[in-house]
Amino acid sequence: MFKGDFIKNLPKIYGTYTGGFLVFIILMAIAEQAGVSAKNIGVMFVAFTVCIYALIGYLSRTINVDAYYVAGRQVPTVFNGMATAADWMSGASFVALAGGVYFGGYTYMAFLVGWTGGYVLVATLMAPYLRKFGCYTVPDFIGTRYGGNLVRACSVFVLFIASFTYVTAQINATGTIASRALGIPFEAGVWVGLISILICSMLGGMRAVTWTQVAQYIVLIIAYLIPVFWISSNVGGGIFPHLMLGDEVARLGELEQQFGLVKNSAADMKAAGVPGGLKYISGSHSGVPEGGMAVWKYLSLAICMMVGTASLPHILMRYFTTPSVRAARKSVAWSLFFIFLLYSSAPMLATLSKLALMDPNLPTGIIGKSISEVQSIEWVQRWSEVKQVFIADFNGDGILQLNEWFMRGDVVVLATPEVAGLPFVISGLVFAGGMAAAMSTADGLVLAISNALSHDIYYKIIDPKADTAKRLLVARVLLVIIGAAGAYIASFRLTSILGSVAWAFDFAMSGLFFPLVLGVWWKRATRQGAIAGIMAGIISGTLYLTWVFPKFSVPIWGGVNTPFLGIDHLRFGLIGAPICLVVMVVVSLMTKEPSPSVQKMVDDTRIPTGKPILGRQ
Amino acid sequence: MSNKDAYWEKTKNHMFVTLALWAFFSLVVFMFGSELNTMSFLGYPLAYYMTAQGSLLAFVIILFWTANKQEKIDEEHGYSERGDD
Repeated sequence: MFKGDFIKNLPKIYGTYTGGFLVFIILMAIAEQAGVSAKNIGVMFVAFTVCIYALIGYLSRTINVDAYYVAGRQVPTVFNGMATAADWMSGASFVALAGGVYFGGYTYMAFLVGWTGGYVLVATLMAPYLRKFGCYTVPDFIGTRYGGNLVRACSVFVLFIASFTYVTAQINATGTIASRALGIPFEAGVWVGLISILICSMLGGMRAVTWTQVAQYIVLIIAYLIPVFWISSNVGGGIFPHLMLGDEVARLGELEQQFGLVKNSAADMKAAGVPGGLKYISGSHSGVPEGGMAVWKYLSLAICMMVGTASLPHILMRYFTTPSVRAARKSVAWSLFFIFLLYSSAPMLATLSKLALMDPNLPTGIIGKSISEVQSIEWVQRWSEVKQVFIADFNGDGILQLNEWFMRGDVVVLATPEVAGLPFVISGLVFAGGMAAAMSTADGLVLAISNALSHDIYYKIIDPKADTAKRLLVARVLLVIIGAAGAYIASFRLTSILGSVAWAFDFAMSGLFFPLVLGVWWKRATRQGAIAGIMAGIISGTLYLTWVFPKFSVPIWGGVNTPFLGIDHLRFGLIGAPICLVVMVVVSLMTKEPSPSVQKMVDDTRIPTGKPILGRQ
Repeated sequence: MSNKDAYWEKTKNHMFVTLALWAFFSLVVFMFGSELNTMSFLGYPLAYYMTAQGSLLAFVIILFWTANKQEKIDEEHGYSERGDD
């Protein structure tokens, strides 16, 4: 089934799959009507979809190196776009993005611009050239272009830090969703999540991950869009929310004025016992904060996320799988199109959800009502029990104010269907979508790390004579070890000290962005320059992070430091990347220019036709 | 100038044009957030619209445009892979 004609049959295969999934949703809806419990519907949704991914993973098993590392370089443009979109949109994007917009409003939406705009950099500066190069991994490009094991090892080091920061958060998300949907403890959920991730990737490497990611994209986009459109028409937002929510956004502005955006003091919140991780609305939804610093905060965050996107190895390596350079370029465009479908919907979901809770004229509105009345609402009770929502009557008037309603960001996606009165089958669907999003990103990340270790460290540095069977065995063993290490850390909930997913972007941009760009665009860049640049970037960035992030700065530097120029822990790449650039340029100019053969290699990388630099390895 | 150099010259210029468009929609627009928000588009305040949807859509369009334009440059210089895939 997966040979020869498989590629030609892809539209048919995934068309059938999508149809089958829609039929499954309808069957679940019927089951709900027939009295199957909400919990069982959630279990069936997650179990059914995960089994399909596992089946695809099994059918894509391979003993071929090219198939294992780059899916045989035959993934068509549009399908690679879908796979990249699934690779990109993590569990956090799926469950937390709308929540972020809900609480942060305009200011938070710098993330939306950052996580999409980066693809323009990927398409113009990187993807086509890396594809032409014919490498298996990102460090493979750096190691060959600059020459030598040391520079290869340095780039693997940065890749490891960036991707591992990211992967623990993903396994954590997989565990959270698995535990909620299946009704098992979080620790067990993490291991269930890990096993599902490994089944999808272990037997077939990149080939298996590619075809499961396409399947996961289809599930996650259906699971995100159906509720958005449905909620919108249910709460009177119009059938096409993306174009029709102007009045709702304006109404939110009025309601903010009416209720007032009050900031709670940390002491008050502590005294009231607000559980950690819960937030309240304190910023304007569509209003732009005044002042140069606010503009700089927006721009600096967007820059970090964009440049970080263009340096993240698990994304770049997706473009190694296309049949040609031309296909790689087009594929970036398709990726962003598929990402756009979800990202442009998140603010709409946030708007609808916020209005549903804030507008006293709507039956779902809770702000401004009496607290005892709100506490008797069924969904409020259920989410309070698991400490996902919280009410603190600061002024003691018995009326729920805007600043007295606390909620975890995930609740926006997970509970809005329920709040807006949609049947439970939709909540089950949302669980399946969240699981697909978290699994697909974790798959890509675990594979990126283990491929770099097995190809660049083991095969290229330790044992270049290893035969195919041995290389693939090592790759698989490493995959299991990396996955287990991530799950182990996630199961101890150490992720809270590992900090934000944004760090992965900052690490990657600090150490990899300029070595990758200059490798193609500046022939004069030398090996010594690259080594010095990578290390200076990652070390200075990391040091700055420890200096500016209170949890690290207190034990290490003995106090809390004020961010330099507003560059806080989410933006430390703005320190690392410029240092990397300056050091790399200065050291390159001080050292001997690269040999004619290296210069010829760069020349060949720049034109789309002809043989790849690295042939079949 | 050899064909290869001419090709790279054009590709480079094309890269700068693309990055200028990118910088406009990702950075310049948001430097004037509060001014733009006094205008409205589809009923949304403009800066809000751009960050929620407009710039994202602009990036998608830029990417398809830039890929097509680069293919034309490839063809002009005989580096086209048409038929390869």
